[in-house]
Amino acid sequence: MVEQAMTVHGELWTVKELFVLPNEYIYWSIQIVMYPFMTGLVAGAFVLSSLYHVFGVKQLKEIARFSLVFSFALLPVAMMPLLLHLAQPLRGFHVMMTPHFTSAIAAFGIVFMTYACIVASELWFEYRKHFVLTTQALAAQPQKSSFDTLRMHFFKILTLGAMDISGEAIQKDHNAVKKLATLGIPVACFLHGYAGFIFGSVKANALWMTPLMPVIFICSAVVSGIALCILCYVLTMEIRKFMAKRQMRRWAKDKSAPSVEELQSAENQEIETASRFLLYFMIAALTLEILDLIFRGYTQVKSWDILREVILERDFTKIFIMQYAFGNALPFLLMVLPGRTVRRTTIATVLVIFGVFMMRWNVVIGGQAFSLSFAGFMHYHMPIWPTSWVTFREGLFGALSVMATPFVIFWFLGKILPPFLKDEEAH
Amino acid sequence: MKRRDFMKNTIVAIAGASVPLSALEFIDPKEVLAANPDIHWAFLIDTYKCVGCGFCVKACKTENDVPFEANVSRTWVERYVYTKDDRRYIDSPKSAQDGFIDAKIDLGAHLGFKDIDPENVGKAFFVPKLCNHCAAPSCTQVCPVGATYKTDDGIVLVDRSWCIGCGYCVMACPFGARFFHPIHHVVDKCTFCYHRITKGLETACVNACPFAARKMCNIKDINDPITKIILNDRVGVLKDEFGTKPQAFYIGLASEVR
Repeated sequence: MVEQAMTVHGELWTVKELFVLPNEYIYWSIQIVMYPFMTGLVAGAFVLSSLYHVFGVKQLKEIARFSLVFSFALLPVAMMPLLLHLAQPLRGFHVMMTPHFTSAIAAFGIVFMTYACIVASELWFEYRKHFVLTTQALAAQPQKSSFDTLRMHFFKILTLGAMDISGEAIQKDHNAVKKLATLGIPVACFLHGYAGFIFGSVKANALWMTPLMPVIFICSAVVSGIALCILCYVLTMEIRKFMAKRQMRRWAKDKSAPSVEELQSAENQEIETASRFLLYFMIAALTLEILDLIFRGYTQVKSWDILREVILERDFTKIFIMQYAFGNALPFLLMVLPGRTVRRTTIATVLVIFGVFMMRWNVVIGGQAFSLSFAGFMHYHMPIWPTSWVTFREGLFGALSVMATPFVIFWFLGKILPPFLKDEEAH
Repeated sequence: MKRRDFMKNTIVAIAGASVPLSALEFIDPKEVLAANPDIHWAFLIDTYKCVGCGFCVKACKTENDVPFEANVSRTWVERYVYTKDDRRYIDSPKSAQDGFIDAKIDLGAHLGFKDIDPENVGKAFFVPKLCNHCAAPSCTQVCPVGATYKTDDGIVLVDRSWCIGCGYCVMACPFGARFFHPIHHVVDKCTFCYHRITKGLETACVNACPFAARKMCNIKDINDPITKIILNDRVGVLKDEFGTKPQAFYIGLASEVR
């Protein structure tokens, strides 16, 4: 028989060294790095918005609404990497239809839908007044284009018939938002903590198996979520300032529109408070990660020999330079050294997001860098240029599409749920 | 019809109908075909007898339609070589489907093949491996859709029509027994040749082994000679620290074998 090359799943991007079991490949690749990264951003963004709604951190008022909308935009994307990763993506809905509850993944559908419902209803209460006012304003227009009529009907449907915007009704909305935000915090933490549980409960994997994993994941999730919200908030504020300066767009010409100085002061205040919370969660995340590492080094169980080689030698640059130095220590210094500016904080947030991404990478790919035989290693070479459907979805471009999608959704969502509302429209 | 007759006829009708209805209960296909509590399959591997010919791998791939050109296998053979200067070499080139025809050790893509001076060899042996069909499998536990499951007679199977290909079971298996089938694109693994053993035949690998290094038995049948070996002799299992209770038992298992 003539032997032809037949690549099996994982063979394209796995290079084996020394003794690796024949069936072992890096099966969980870039999309599984993206999965906890994206769910982390969802959960983190929500926690940031809840800081205002639940704990009444007044300084976060504006960024809170922004984060809530952003969290909703990120939500469908949390599922995307999982679907792209499946060898049978069309069967993905089986997880929802026939969940096998001894599996940690099986709860995904339920937790995810619960969380989606909470965020959606919180957004509805938050924006009901806006929906009503928009409907009324459009209805009052004497001459409506067909697009305006369409918009009016669309917003009318969004109000779900609740057109009462008296002070009492708005107060009720406000209370509902607070209750939902309170309920949302544990659910958001659960959504992400259990992503950590998916890894932490794999007893066959010496690097993943630790009960600390869900807690580490939650802390780093909040870190990445807050950092991304700050970054996006600063970026949109810069665009708004630019528009205000140039008197662009309708709203900037409006008399009641905020001036550049007002925008600047609002931005400074919001960033100041948000970055303080970012620091708290960074300290918590780092403490737990280092604790895990020290514990492994101190107890030195059977797997330590190979783990030490992976952590301290082969993946040293990825773990200690890229993740800890550039992703933790440097942004930490940038934020705590005196004379902090918005620009410095923004640079720090970019580094923090990068650091959390590297942490996901080091957990997911690092966990597969050594063989179950403890006698060999596997190297991951991410497919860059998509030459086939597999190299697209399990490669750089698949990951980039996952990363870009929330911003596209956010842009469309912003048309319906504007993240920046004037005070009289908002709570 | 009198009321008394009506009652009588009703009772007769119910009694008559209940006989065939209860027969339906008797011939529950699940109970008849699978739920046979008298059978629990187990495997016995005598590492002293294995010479690394690779016939078992060849037979398995042929029987179960796993392509020869694909670098995955439901069963494989590992070679362990210990040198006198205390170095350890392990390999399983192409899952040993062609046997160990070369004395050189396969060190992987970067390092190529290594020659070992025969004078320097301290000890060397072969270890055949396959799915352990664990009594408490972690793979079936983590399947999010229940596509992989354990039969009542102790075999862990995969439903190809239901597997979504998430790979969680592959990650959960401590033995590396699972892989993605290159043609079906779902998870595949050793079935102990379920289609053969349920018909009273041997597995393909047991059948192909020229030195009887591989054997199978019903561990509930205490009169089975293989069961007697497992019960009476000193046998070991791989990686018992994971608590999965493997059902593939080894004679002459070295502690270095993982």
